[in-house]
Amino acid sequence: MDSEAIRVDRLRHVYGDRVALNDISFRVHRGELFGLLGPNGGGKTTLFKILSTLMTPSGGTAFIFGDALSAPAVVRRHLGVVFQHPSLDGKLTVHENLICHGHLYGLHGSALQERARTVLARLGLLERAGDRVETLSGGLQRRAELAKALLHQPPLLLLDEPSTGLDPGARRDFLQYLRQLRDEEGITIVLTTHYMEEAERCERVAILHQGNLVRVGTPAALKEEVGGDVVVMHAPDPQALQGKIRGRFGCDPTLIDGTLRVERPRGHELVRDVVDAFPNDVTLVTYGKPTLEDVFIHLTGHRFWGGDSNVGGDA
Amino acid sequence: MTHLFLPVYALWRREIVRFVRQRSRVTGAFAQPLVFWLLLGGGLNASFRPAGAAAGTNYVEYFYPGTIALVLLFTAIFSTISTVEDRNAGFLQGVLVAPVPRWAITLGQALGGTTLAVVQGIIFLLLAPIAGIPLSVGAVLSCIGVMLIVALSLTSLGLIIAWRMESTQGFHAIMNLILIPIWLLSGAFFPATGAPAPLRWLMILNPLTYGMAALRRCLYLSHPAAAGAVPALLPSLGISVVFCAVTFVGAARSANRSLA
Repeated sequence: MDSEAIRVDRLRHVYGDRVALNDISFRVHRGELFGLLGPNGGGKTTLFKILSTLMTPSGGTAFIFGDALSAPAVVRRHLGVVFQHPSLDGKLTVHENLICHGHLYGLHGSALQERARTVLARLGLLERAGDRVETLSGGLQRRAELAKALLHQPPLLLLDEPSTGLDPGARRDFLQYLRQLRDEEGITIVLTTHYMEEAERCERVAILHQGNLVRVGTPAALKEEVGGDVVVMHAPDPQALQGKIRGRFGCDPTLIDGTLRVERPRGHELVRDVVDAFPNDVTLVTYGKPTLEDVFIHLTGHRFWGGDSNVGGDA
Repeated sequence: MTHLFLPVYALWRREIVRFVRQRSRVTGAFAQPLVFWLLLGGGLNASFRPAGAAAGTNYVEYFYPGTIALVLLFTAIFSTISTVEDRNAGFLQGVLVAPVPRWAITLGQALGGTTLAVVQGIIFLLLAPIAGIPLSVGAVLSCIGVMLIVALSLTSLGLIIAWRMESTQGFHAIMNLILIPIWLLSGAFFPATGAPAPLRWLMILNPLTYGMAALRRCLYLSHPAAAGAVPALLPSLGISVVFCAVTFVGAARSANRSLA
């Protein structure tokens, strides 16, 4: 109980007829770097809004450090929040934004100045502290958002799609900051993301799909579920090739968005055999260890980016 | 109490700093009413004698206090409309997850807008001699008091609308359908005396009519007869204070309701 930062019990949310969250339950441990992975519309932003006390769920309960979300005034003290959209005032300087934010949390005077300096130094923003936020680059603005969220030393940091709009380099840097922060200060970090590489770097990942919590686990454990290697084949006539492979090799490729997928141990042998047997039926073959994207397809039968398109067979 | 004073102060200060750094807002809230006053006042001056106004009051002079109310209204609108977008994708997101009661957030926002409105109102007040209204210290001070009450009401009214709107377009629609007519029917633009009965009734029911009346009474503090046929000062002040309290509570409740 004491090691729990977040406990979510049968959380449910509906917008009119649409079920955005369908009886979701999970735990986040203290000091964990936890990812909520899912495509847009999967329910992660709804979950984020509920956890950050911006929305009351239709049903179920959640506790943050033992305090129920139904008492938001108490819960808010535990939270540092980084939003998907900028929440710093662009017309104010970075420093002015931090001071304003500090006042909201009851910080003031030299203690606040000191604290602002510490966070700015930690995030490498000291030289830009006097600049208006609107003049900073996207990456620096994100860092300034993080500085603001950390100012009042919250034990839990919630981030909604924190690296949206950042280039891959800036994204890696940002995640590096988060890990370091967790390691050095032991704060709990929960982030929503639709980037696989971001989720890969979390300790545990919860996969959300169409409002359901599909699975929670470490990236390694989730990938193990896929069972071996992933072979993806592109073909001019995928259906024909599907039949041929079924007949010849006794395995059952699934057809997703015009490509054939096989998940099996020793996948490289299948690559060799298929190309050998049907050289003219295959245009491209990829072979690899499963990624979180493969896990998502394996668990949901949907392509992560493919909207609602369905898989031919059962996944 | 410090912990509640600080957030109010922080939000108030932010409104002021933002305003100072956005020149276009000064133009919008101050220059626009000034242009209205000069064009409408100047243009209608020769053709219209306001009914019920004191003898010798021409239209430029009659419309002058109405323009002050318009300055207050425009500033209130400009300072509250940002709430619509700020709360979903801007600065207010961070404020709403902070441990600050919604009424304190509302108070900070409303006081910020009120300060901006009153400062501009005071600048406009200095133009009174041009309108042919001699100013006294008492008149200026009492007018500032009335402007504070009226500005706080209008800013709160703006917040009530902003907290309930999903888009700024919605806010604009309400502004044209409700806020501007409230001003038009307050005695700012034409007096109730002589207006058709339905309009006169609307003007009697309009709370801003009494803010307008209090402003006229204070402006002519030393020569009351010049204020014309408007409600007396004390009842007008009383109604204005009640309107202010009601709108502020309404704004705080709107903020509370829109997000748990």
